[in-house]
Order: sequence, then structure tokens, then C-alpha cells
Amino acid sequence: MLHHFGKYLFFLFSLVRRGESVRVIIDKAFDEAILIGINSVFIVGVVSFFIGAVTCVQVSYNLVSAFIPRSTIGYMVREMTILEFAPTVIGIVLAGKVGSSMASGLGTMQITEQVDALEVMGINAASYLVVPRILAALFMFPMLVVIAMFLSILGGFLAGTLTGQITAQEYIAGIRTDFIPYNIGFALIKSIVFAFLISSISSFRGFNTSGGALEVGEASTGAVTDSVIAILVADFVLANLLL
Amino acid sequence: MIEIHNIHKSFNGKKVLDGISGVFETGKTNLLLGGSGTGKSVLLKCIVGLLKPDIGSVTFDGTFFTNNKLDIRQEIRRKIGMLFQGSALFDSMTVEENIEFPLKMLTDMSKSDRKDRVNFCLQRVGLENANSKMPSEISGGMKKRVGIARAIAPNCTYLFCDEPNSGLDPQTSLLIDHLIKEITEEYDITTIIVTHDMNSVMEIGDKIMFLHKGKKLWEGTSDNILDTDVKEFKEFIYSNRLMRDAKTVEDERDDRV
Repeated sequence: MLHHFGKYLFFLFSLVRRGESVRVIIDKAFDEAILIGINSVFIVGVVSFFIGAVTCVQVSYNLVSAFIPRSTIGYMVREMTILEFAPTVIGIVLAGKVGSSMASGLGTMQITEQVDALEVMGINAASYLVVPRILAALFMFPMLVVIAMFLSILGGFLAGTLTGQITAQEYIAGIRTDFIPYNIGFALIKSIVFAFLISSISSFRGFNTSGGALEVGEASTGAVTDSVIAILVADFVLANLLL
Repeated sequence: MIEIHNIHKSFNGKKVLDGISGVFETGKTNLLLGGSGTGKSVLLKCIVGLLKPDIGSVTFDGTFFTNNKLDIRQEIRRKIGMLFQGSALFDSMTVEENIEFPLKMLTDMSKSDRKDRVNFCLQRVGLENANSKMPSEISGGMKKRVGIARAIAPNCTYLFCDEPNSGLDPQTSLLIDHLIKEITEEYDITTIIVTHDMNSVMEIGDKIMFLHKGKKLWEGTSDNILDTDVKEFKEFIYSNRLMRDAKTVEDERDDRV
């Protein structure tokens, strides 16, 4: 494991050691950002909306005491969404969606000698292929997390009001109670850290693929597994450091 | 001219290349010949710098490549064009974008100049109307030709081809062989081709180096290939039916004389 971690660090170093021109990297990063953003909006939207809806219904189900106001449901949906669900669960979803796509894409390029073709031309393939992906992820993940926050709270609102478990006024009062703006910043910091972990780990796994189609599949699965573990460890560390 | 000197390469303790030296001449098609697993592709990768030899050096026109400074290696690499076994076209790009890619990355050419150069290269390999096709939409032979066009687009000085006619029908193989030969002579470049195809050897082999179990066993031209007395090389040559038949005919003629 230590050997793999060392190789990962060496890989990160190789990205900046002989970088391609800024113009090339930025152009490619925009293309990647469009791909990551557009391809992920639907799944992020669906997951967030239903997480908010289910959270609202389950909090309502557990809220049996007459002494606790119903607006607490809105408050809890907001807190759980902003602090954990939007950044972490969406991070895990994106590890599956974006991470596996990066690993399989790079792995396929590796086994079909496209990476070698770049190297023979004198292009630093790691820098040219991976840096734009990492930049694109760093740029797009916070946006996707903001969308997830909004849709999750909206999902809670619609689920709560349409099933009659809470009124619109109570829900809105709940989501406005004791709001701490720092929590939004905390969630965005988490999303940036997760973006780096997912994109770099997945690229590392893809870039180090050798063999054939079977190994590409293994790289893709490994990328998701490693990214999810890294996200959960980072989540714990960040919560301890920043809260 | 490319010179290699005492190249050794091992993987996990298994020796793949064992002290190979040689000279590959400019304006000629130099062939690295041998059976599967003899180290031909590994030697080619050591020459272009995709693999680092354990011992030994590679020199391009008098400039050391192996272990030289990164910027010098980069400078040499920019003069290298390579056709890979599976063509290695970028599958997210069209044929035109594939050929334009090295020009965009390695030169300061304007967009219109790049376009002209792409069209010229496509015309040179006989694919005038393939600009907008994706690699997945073209045949294996066309992919090889696009690979050659991409390799020669930035006016390469050295052309490397890793089994250029693997997976192709005999007619297309011949076409690719002749295209490489023509380009080598037309632009006076140093071409190294990895092959195990005896048809290619007899058609375009100006200079041939035979490898067996990581060692160079024979070196010469296609004219004196049948004069070899190296047992392994003889076995390799006459494993080909056409070569066996040719030998029989020649022996019969000699007997008659």
C-alpha cells in the first residue's frame, strides 16, 4: 500500500515536472469541464432531489414529540444536506460517474498506445491528459455541489408539503433557522478536496493500466473504490480540522 | 543516421535485449526482423525513448539521446514520427484533427497552413476525402495510412513503424510497405520497421537486422539474405511457404545447371 502511495505521489510530481503550455491546458480543461458538468448534472440532480425528499419524510416520521416544532424538519434537511449529503454523497456519486470514466478513458488510451504516441511526439502525456481533468473537476465539482444543495432542499420541500407532513411556511422557517454561512464554505472546501482526490486517483489508476480490456475494467473499479475510501477519510479529517 | 550501442534491457530479471549494437542508415528502410517475443518492439521502444535501456546508448545523427538532458531528448523526439502496431489514433478526434495534432502542439504554423499540410499529407497517403471521418469509421488499412500521415505531418527526420502490416490483407500490406519505402526515399529520412513478415523483408528491406532471443544474430540486405548460414535465421526464413518454394525452384535450377 505504501508502495502504491509512493507511486501516486511520484505521479502527481510528474504532472508538473514538465508541464505543457498554459494555453493548451486551459483549452483542454474547458472541454473536460463541459463534459464533466453536462454529463453529471442529471445524476446529481436526481440523487440530490430524492435524498432531500427521503430525509424530509424520515425526519418527519421520527419527529413524534409534540414539543418539537415541525419546522425542525426543514432545519434538519438543510443541515444534513449542506454539511454531509451534498458534498460527500455527491462526491461518492461523482467518484462512480466521473472517476470511472476518467480511469477507463485513460486506461484505454494507455493500452491502445495513444499515450505512447503522445510521449513519442515529445508531449508530457501525464501533464497533457491529467492536469486538464483535475482542473476541470476542481472547477465543476463545487458547482455541482451547489446545485445538489438547492435540489436537495427543494426535494425536501416538495416531499414534505405534497405529502402533508409539513406546511410550506414551517419548512421555509426551518431552513432559515440558525443558518451558519460558514457551513456553505465548509461544504465547498470539501467538494474541492474531493474533486482533487477523485480526479487524481482515477487518473493515476487509468494512467497505470497495462494489459487489455480486463485490466481497464479493473482500473475503473479500483479508481471508484480508492476514491470512495479517500473521500470518507478526507471527510473525517476535514470535519475534525474545520468544524 | 541512428546508432545503437550495446543495448541491454531486462524485465523482472528476464533478459529481453542482450547487447545489441547497430547502425540504421538515412534514406533507407531498416528492418528489425524476428519471431514473436524476440525483443524487436522492446528495442524500438528503447530507441524512441519509451523505455530506458539498462545499459547502452542511442545516438541520433551524432547526438546522444539516452541519458541526455531532457530538453535535448525533447528536441530529438520532435523529429520522430511513429506508426504504432494498432495505429494509436486518438479516438476522440477526426482523421483531420489526428494529423493536425502534432502540428498544433509542436509548431507555430497558422491554422490555414496546418490545414494545407493536413490535406497534403492525406493526399500523400491516398486518403483525400477522409478528413471528417472518425477512427472508428475507417478500416485497418486506412488507419495505418492515417498513422503514417500523422507521423510525417511535422516533417519528421526519423520514422519508426511497429509491425505496420499486422492484421492487414496481403494487398493492403504491400500498399503500406511501398508507401513507407516511397516516403523514406522521397524525404530522405531514417526509417526503422519492426516486422516478422518475410514479404515485407523481400519487398522493402534495404537493411535487415535479425534478432533471436534478444540477440542480434544476423545483419545484411535482402539481396544476401538467402546466403545466411545462421541456423536460427534459416529456420525463420524457410518457415515461410513462399520462401521454401523459391528455394526449391532455385535448387532445381542449380541442379540442372
